Amino acid sequence: MYAWLFRHLPGPLWLRIVTSLVLVAVALVLMVQFLFPWMSEYTQFTDSTIGSVSQP
Amino acid sequence: MVLQEKARPAAAPRAGVVFLRGTIQVLGELLITAGIILLLFVAWQLWWTNVESDAKQSEVIKEFAQDLGTAAPATTDDAPATPAAPEDFGPPVVGAAPGHAGTIGIMYIPRFGENYTRPIVQGTSQDVLDTLGLGHYSNTAMPGAVGNFAVAGHRQTHGAVLDNIHTLVPGDKIYVQTKDGYYVYAFRNNQIVMPSRTDVLEPVPTQPGVTPTESFLTMTSCNPRFGAEERIIAYALLDSWRPASAGPPAEIAAQVAAATGRG
Repeated sequence: MYAWLFRHLPGPLWLRIVTSLVLVAVALVLMVQFLFPWMSEYTQFTDSTIGSVSQP
Repeated sequence: MVLQEKARPAAAPRAGVVFLRGTIQVLGELLITAGIILLLFVAWQLWWTNVESDAKQSEVIKEFAQDLGTAAPATTDDAPATPAAPEDFGPPVVGAAPGHAGTIGIMYIPRFGENYTRPIVQGTSQDVLDTLGLGHYSNTAMPGAVGNFAVAGHRQTHGAVLDNIHTLVPGDKIYVQTKDGYYVYAFRNNQIVMPSRTDVLEPVPTQPGVTPTESFLTMTSCNPRFGAEERIIAYALLDSWRPASAGPPAEIAAQVAAATGRG
């Protein structure tokens, strides 16, 4: 899958390497900004409140 | 010969085999990706949330200090003028509760480190606790009031504001600075309870229906560290209070100056 993607990126080798690094960086930013906060809502490893009064 | 025989079917594999191989390869890569994402999630939760929350919380403290500066400009002038003032300032002033996510004040706990300063913010919803610092249970009393001033904070992740809650020793001072003044609490004991024990937030902790005569400070956090099966509760009692005009208590004067950026 990743090999296929890499082969189908446009440009010479160095450009394809740069493009894939940028894609990885974009994926990381999206994960930190949206995916991980969303995931942490469903994993209550760190709930420090008492009872139901934690509701706003 | 053996090599040749093996190579021949590979040179022209059937369409079904190619498809199966491709599927397995994509599946494998997706599983590896999922594994890496989960590892990154752990790293994010255990490390990056602390970085983000620490930055956000210093910002909240800075904003609070700016508000203090405009609300009580006379504070700095009064502080050196009354160095030997009597330590009894009468019953503590109790401020009005701010709206959700409004800053109540700053908590100083020398036992947690010389520079331990964390904002106390109204509300205990995830948006408050995950970024803004200690969350005040909005249905409990305000600092200094007779009753229970209860706050929650993360033991790990998101700033780990109460990471060292188990290191408190009876008698340890816990300072709460609001715009009205400084409330000095003395740590009394801690307790480990199940998460459903809402009675720790009662005006007299764990004694529902009893009319309070003292001012409690109750802090709740996760227990064990890195887990959330139980809650660790720390109780403290109001020891003394000083109005803002009297200046900070001598023990934390340096920390207050550092946190609020004033001498």
